Amino acid sequence: MSGLFSDVFLSALLFGAITAAIPLLLAGLGEQMSEKAGVLNIGIEGMMLAGAYLGFVGAFYSGSLWLGFLTGIAGGVAVALIMALLCVRIGLNQIVIGIALTLGVEGLTALLHHFQFSRSYPRLPAADATVIPLLSNIPVIGPAFFKHHMIVYLAVALVFVMSYIYRRTQLGLNLQAAGDKPAALDVAGIDVMKTRTIAVLTTGALAGLGGAYLANVGAGLFIPFITNGAGFLGIVLAMLARGRPVWVLVGALVFGVCLSLTTAMQVAGINMPTDIIQMLPFLAVMAMLVLFGRRASLPAALGIPYERGAR
Amino acid sequence: MSIDTAPTVSATALDATSGAATRRAILHRLLMTLGPILIALIIAGCILLAVGVDPLAYYGYVLEKGLFSPLGIQQTLSRMAPLLFLAAGLIVAFRAGMWNLGGDGQFLLGAVAAAASAPVLIQFMPGWLALFCAFIIATIVAMIWSLVPALLRAYQGVNEIVTTLMMTFLGTSLANVLVKLVFRDPGTTVPQTRTLPVEDRLPRLFDTTITSGLVLGLITIIIVHLVMTRTAFGLKLRIVGANPRAAVHAGLNVSALTIAVFAISAGLAGLAGAVDIIGVQGNVRADWNPAYGLAVIPAVFLARMNGFAAIGFVFLLSVLSIGGESAARRLGVPNHFTLVLISIVLIVLALAEYVDHRYNQSRKA
Repeated sequence: MSGLFSDVFLSALLFGAITAAIPLLLAGLGEQMSEKAGVLNIGIEGMMLAGAYLGFVGAFYSGSLWLGFLTGIAGGVAVALIMALLCVRIGLNQIVIGIALTLGVEGLTALLHHFQFSRSYPRLPAADATVIPLLSNIPVIGPAFFKHHMIVYLAVALVFVMSYIYRRTQLGLNLQAAGDKPAALDVAGIDVMKTRTIAVLTTGALAGLGGAYLANVGAGLFIPFITNGAGFLGIVLAMLARGRPVWVLVGALVFGVCLSLTTAMQVAGINMPTDIIQMLPFLAVMAMLVLFGRRASLPAALGIPYERGAR
Repeated sequence: MSIDTAPTVSATALDATSGAATRRAILHRLLMTLGPILIALIIAGCILLAVGVDPLAYYGYVLEKGLFSPLGIQQTLSRMAPLLFLAAGLIVAFRAGMWNLGGDGQFLLGAVAAAASAPVLIQFMPGWLALFCAFIIATIVAMIWSLVPALLRAYQGVNEIVTTLMMTFLGTSLANVLVKLVFRDPGTTVPQTRTLPVEDRLPRLFDTTITSGLVLGLITIIIVHLVMTRTAFGLKLRIVGANPRAAVHAGLNVSALTIAVFAISAGLAGLAGAVDIIGVQGNVRADWNPAYGLAVIPAVFLARMNGFAAIGFVFLLSVLSIGGESAARRLGVPNHFTLVLISIVLIVLALAEYVDHRYNQSRKA
């Protein structure tokens, strides 16, 4: 057992935790904005998957990871656009459309993958890391935290940008009002639909980016259903974070460690069926919900389409 | 299909006696269902064209296999049995305002419970009693599985969408663990549970291969519909769904009702699993997860939680899934296309309902 907790192993474990946490962080931050604005975005799983597929396609054909991230964002936004049109503009049921969109993207990406890649299963080369000078020399922590792709640092910085937006800007206030009392926002002369649309499209962009990271950096390839519930985990994170981006980060890291532990245990050859190991992150979610669920607070108008003048 | 003639009929039947009016209402509903499906098929057809598959050939196989061939329609009707139970469970939950999205986990655990118990029970009790006991066991297992989300929602106010989704991921893995480690048939190399012999399964209807689970499912969903719309218990649940705070003031024990709703909803999902195993499949193979639940959820909602309308939608889903499986095999399109088709049908149907609603409103105003 001594080999299991060697420095190298530990830093690999933490490195994996960060890699696993970033997609969840991005999905959680995105979902948080939607929920703040009053849209329960169940379609986020589909947005992530669309981002993962298009992100991979973009990176594979262009050879540039950054272009892949851009196409991933475009994929997420495309699905979010449908969601915004149907659920915000027209006011169809958010859960029905969210599930339908997720099913559709699951099928479509699997279909396209079958015709494009199923014979070769191409892989992307390993992502080149941005090594942060000095900090990366610290033993254990250095290689674990400071040798990631640039997008990882940007994602973490985004947490603080989001905090700033929610606390200090008019947009943040509008988003909050769109979720808690949309009628009041409307009376104040601000377009509820527009505010909510911005939120949903941002969610799509972040989820798409998260998906693209998952496929391009995390896995290095696209396989059907690759997100495997990461979008749903994002919903849980947003719900537990009570509107605070920092808590999304904390939650994402906790899950990241769980996910990384599951892989590490498989690598270390611990004799446990993979199905049991796969249950661990979800058991962690349930434990968190049992312990902290009471304090999860949701906006008052969450899930309710806004219709001017309706009572 | 008579889609082409439908619009002219509805347009000419303007002078309405009351009989003609109801006929027109039925025709209108039919049109509002078949029209969007046709549009959805055209959209999905464009996707097929894009990947280089002849959509007409694909739909031809879907219709032939799912609807018109004797064997196909029997399979379609058998497929309806578990879907009807799932839909019945969802109707209870949705009418009570609770989003039980954990149907798939409850379904699989029910299926595993039935698959594990039926072959054992059949050895020392009469066949009908063994099957009955297996049904009860499956129901109870699924009910227990829903207890955590139910308690969290009832006493802590934790949103059930999240908890049931998480429990579904757990349930899928747990079902696999049970099949591979606990109830594995030692006689086979492929990990699966012991197979229930065909003669011990639910009897088939008359001379067909249709499982009698279909009849059980139809009876169940109609009973659920009547209980929800015609009884005091159903009214209580609907009050909880419409306004939980008002329900508390009306003196209802909302916590107890919440737990009851979860138990009924999950129990029916577990029964769905049992019916599929005892009626059709005979055993549970490792990694088997048909994921019926996610497709049934939007369908039940589009049926406006109406049991009779849900039967129609379940039939549609069955035709698409049975037909799609066969068309996929013959044309080399992966089965995933069925997901795309179902998704487009659901979205277009939801849109059509909105357009219809707006049209009616503007006519009233």
